[in-house]
Amino acid sequence: MAECHPVAFRWVMKAKLKGAKIIHADPRFTRTTAMADVYAPLRAGSDIAFLGGLIRYVLHDERWKSDSFFQDYLVNYTNASTLVDPGFQDTEDLDGEFSGLMDYTGGKPEWPLNGFIGEYERASWGYQREGTAPGKPASGDTTTAFDALIRGLSQSPVRKDPTLEDPRCVFQIVKRHFDRYTPAMVADVTGCAVDTFVKVAQTVLSNSGRDRTTAWAYAVGWTQHTYGPQMIGCCALLQLLLGNIGRPGGGVIALRGHVSIQGSTDIPTLYDNIHGYMVAPSTLKSHATLRDYLKAEAKPTGAWSDMPKFMVSYLKSMYGDAATAANDFGYGWHPRIAGDHSHLPMFVAMAEGRVKGMICVGQNPATSVNASLERTGLRKLEWLVVKDNFLTETATYWNRAPEIANGSIAPADIATEVFFFPSAQVAETEGSFTNTQRLLQWHFKAAQPPADCRSDLWFTYQLGVRLKRLYAGSTETRDEGFQRLTWNFDPDDPATAVVGEPDPRKLLREINGYHSASPLRHLEAASELRDDGSTTCASWIYCGVFPAPDRNLAARKTPDQKGVTGAHLEWGWAWPANRRVLYNRASADLQGKPWSERKRWVWWDGGKWAGHDVPDFPRHKSPDAPADPRASGTDALSGSSPFTLKADGVGWLFVPEGLVDGPLPTHYEPAESPVRNPLYARQTSPVLKYWKREDNLLAAPGDPRFPHVITTYRLTEHYVGGGMSRWSPWLSALQPELFIEMSPELADAHGIVNTGWVRISTPRGSIRAKALVTRRLRPFRIAGKVVHQVGMPWHWGWEGVVTGDVVNNLTALVGDPNVSIHEAKAFVCNVEKG
Amino acid sequence: MAEPMGFFTDTSVCIGCKACETACKAWNQLPAKEGGHPPMSGDSYDNTVRLSGEDWRHVKFIEQFSEDRSAGRWLMMSDVCKHCVNAPCLEVCPTGAIIRTEFDTVVIQTDACNGCRLCITACPFGVIDVNPVSKTAEKCTLCYDRLQVGMQPACAQACPTASIQFGPIAQLKATATARLSQLQAQGEKQASLYGADDKMLGGLNSFYLLLDEPGVYGLPVDPKMPTRNLFWGSVSSVAAAVVLGVVGLFGFRERRAVDESDADA
Repeated sequence: MAECHPVAFRWVMKAKLKGAKIIHADPRFTRTTAMADVYAPLRAGSDIAFLGGLIRYVLHDERWKSDSFFQDYLVNYTNASTLVDPGFQDTEDLDGEFSGLMDYTGGKPEWPLNGFIGEYERASWGYQREGTAPGKPASGDTTTAFDALIRGLSQSPVRKDPTLEDPRCVFQIVKRHFDRYTPAMVADVTGCAVDTFVKVAQTVLSNSGRDRTTAWAYAVGWTQHTYGPQMIGCCALLQLLLGNIGRPGGGVIALRGHVSIQGSTDIPTLYDNIHGYMVAPSTLKSHATLRDYLKAEAKPTGAWSDMPKFMVSYLKSMYGDAATAANDFGYGWHPRIAGDHSHLPMFVAMAEGRVKGMICVGQNPATSVNASLERTGLRKLEWLVVKDNFLTETATYWNRAPEIANGSIAPADIATEVFFFPSAQVAETEGSFTNTQRLLQWHFKAAQPPADCRSDLWFTYQLGVRLKRLYAGSTETRDEGFQRLTWNFDPDDPATAVVGEPDPRKLLREINGYHSASPLRHLEAASELRDDGSTTCASWIYCGVFPAPDRNLAARKTPDQKGVTGAHLEWGWAWPANRRVLYNRASADLQGKPWSERKRWVWWDGGKWAGHDVPDFPRHKSPDAPADPRASGTDALSGSSPFTLKADGVGWLFVPEGLVDGPLPTHYEPAESPVRNPLYARQTSPVLKYWKREDNLLAAPGDPRFPHVITTYRLTEHYVGGGMSRWSPWLSALQPELFIEMSPELADAHGIVNTGWVRISTPRGSIRAKALVTRRLRPFRIAGKVVHQVGMPWHWGWEGVVTGDVVNNLTALVGDPNVSIHEAKAFVCNVEKG
Repeated sequence: MAEPMGFFTDTSVCIGCKACETACKAWNQLPAKEGGHPPMSGDSYDNTVRLSGEDWRHVKFIEQFSEDRSAGRWLMMSDVCKHCVNAPCLEVCPTGAIIRTEFDTVVIQTDACNGCRLCITACPFGVIDVNPVSKTAEKCTLCYDRLQVGMQPACAQACPTASIQFGPIAQLKATATARLSQLQAQGEKQASLYGADDKMLGGLNSFYLLLDEPGVYGLPVDPKMPTRNLFWGSVSSVAAAVVLGVVGLFGFRERRAVDESDADA
């Protein structure tokens, strides 16, 4: 965190000055470790074994078993007591597989690039339910068309055992699942000494409970594994067991890598989501009509029962007056996905000649994962648009890449037409950005961009304007969506300094939402959304940030007064509903009283929920309100169900739906590993994604040609692919050369000296770097043998003030099956002097 | 004179991000080292290597690990001009280019510097060097231009963890003493303040909290004023003169004696 998020680390250091204990788990001793009280060195990729060990340690702890806080939270606020389908079989039963594993059969013949090596049939992971569905009466509010649809989704109540003794209850399944994750096993898998592991476990435990909370923070490298989402889920499982979710100072905190990368998932640039975390309509699912889509994706209970309101308001934002109840609000015009169109398979598609052109904004794929393969893809494009601050490697892959420099490919043989658009810098643009804690803050411009440099907003808006013009006369049905798309964000005052720049406030209004009949009447909260077309709102989760034309809440800058305990509710605006801690009903006990004075956050004041934060619960639902199995939405949930986004209102220790690779986190080895999996016969995730090609080969487990574990990372001094830092002489001088960090033990074994040259190779590629020999790295003892861990920052390329080999020439296109994130954080390599 | 102002650098919370180095370069428009591509030093994450006429802030990285890694820490410290109360550089400057400001800080006026380099050798901390662009001696000004308009120095403003704190010296000393007690109570027995009292060159207006001996950070244990040497230097010069004189005298006497003996002979 200190390495990649030094500004956010300010708050960690403030906490430390107030006595907080800092634990750091990492393969390398980094600048974060330098500030930590406890350091747990782990082999890269072994995190689930470590977290699983902590879970087992907690489950066996005497204080945890006897403290009413932990037990009340566990039984009431998590799904610990819920019974799971009798057909469910665990990885403990099947030696590393869950029930339902089968060959992958999905996908469209036109898009054979989804990468799955296997697939689970997931029915057996579901809950046990009582008898049949309750059969909702037709009473209550039936004024809108979609109420009946939502009620029709209702399921019979889940079966529970509040004593947690039933062997099929989640708690017992979790306990059995992690039973072999003993401290000795943790040490064998991760390389972390038993006493260090126990110290971490005891520190976390002693810092959790009524009076204290523990927060886990991770930089996004934690997700970059073939089981990345499972790693985060494993941490969430631990935090739920410790009662550290929904309470101040708790949580699992993602430290995201770019400014507003949170915003770019909320208003997504992801292929498989539309605004506000709604699933993108897909040809692979039962999404033929709007009703089919809602049947497949909405929930009968919990906050997602309002999905028809979110979706219809979103479609109104897309197609305006053209979207009517009679035409499914234009749902048929909306683009649909046909498979995995994320980064990794798109470059495989490119390399296979399936992609005509690419618009690349602020990204540098020429130095990205398996960079040689990605450059092969770029060479097959007909056209490429690069919009960036500098001529990045992606802009010059055709005349200056290593394969061009060494003569193996001639520029004349590349037919791609490359366009470069110079980009405005951050201080030259205006708009909101959303930080990692979901906080929207308004960003004012400090200067006009020079010459032809334009903002991303300008570029995207003008591209849309031109495409609409291009398709205006088309008679093709497929172009109707473009023709109907509402696209008018021109500023009211034409005298703006940059001609063609849209008004960012108009975009914020579109996102916030308004009454369809009178756009100047903004919506004040998502509760005003309707599913009849009377409201327009691009992203329901942002509804409320701009409640009136003269009230842009993202631009607020009033902190709480000094000495006052609060949530700084007048500083910016956090989605949803300006709430700073999600699921904060869990900060109070079953009766609605704070668990302790020290950790007071939200409470029941006798008539309503009140507190320092915006309560994340129906305002007037009393803590002792029983669940109503005949109701819909949050009305169906009891007064002690804090996790209102979940259909059952509780935090999930066991994940019955939503993940494709297992309901519980399990230790698998990375796709490349020097050892066999010490826990299961199954070496790697049976459903990971892998794109097999000659230029994307993997080393077999324990391949003696590639004996070392390698991880890649960022340095404080540079920024991601270097596109923003390697052109600054001041920053470049701070870390001028590519290096490989290694222990003196490994260096000595190969005759490598500090600052001497090293050749690093994997089945995908071979590069050179200077050695940085340091005891901050150490050999691990894994599964009985010594395993060396090395690490390389990946900032360099052939352009800029400082240059160096492309580290991602070493990495592989291999991904997790849920979100297709790559695994550049743990793979194997060889090192040699030279 | 305004209240004495300066830096308290708490190295125990320095995360080595080098924001201070970059902020200093940006505000003072200092050139990048070797055009931005010096060779990698191989000395941990330090590629700035030392303070100089173009590097007025320098973050040091000290790796301390036992062979088996059972003990290990990575010390970081942002080094800068100490703005000594009795400043050796100021004392030796023949042109009066080095001045003490109304904030009790030490500033080199580049337009009055003749490049004689006396201050470079006089500084016991190795702070000053010639800026390759201006060809004059340069060092941290404690952002004199910013102080004059009520702003804090660029490095202190950029420091994310408040390792570099700027303020009135009296206040900083109170902060430092409290922080030292806190650290010692937490078991950091080696923690100490460096230059916070007036024993070292009358006091350093940029003083430090260190977690190890000064020598570990490359700081002199007992920095001296050049004039401290002046007294003994003068004494020895006088003594040498006396000795030479006496030798000469005796020499003459001897000669006279020889002459006399010759005469006797």
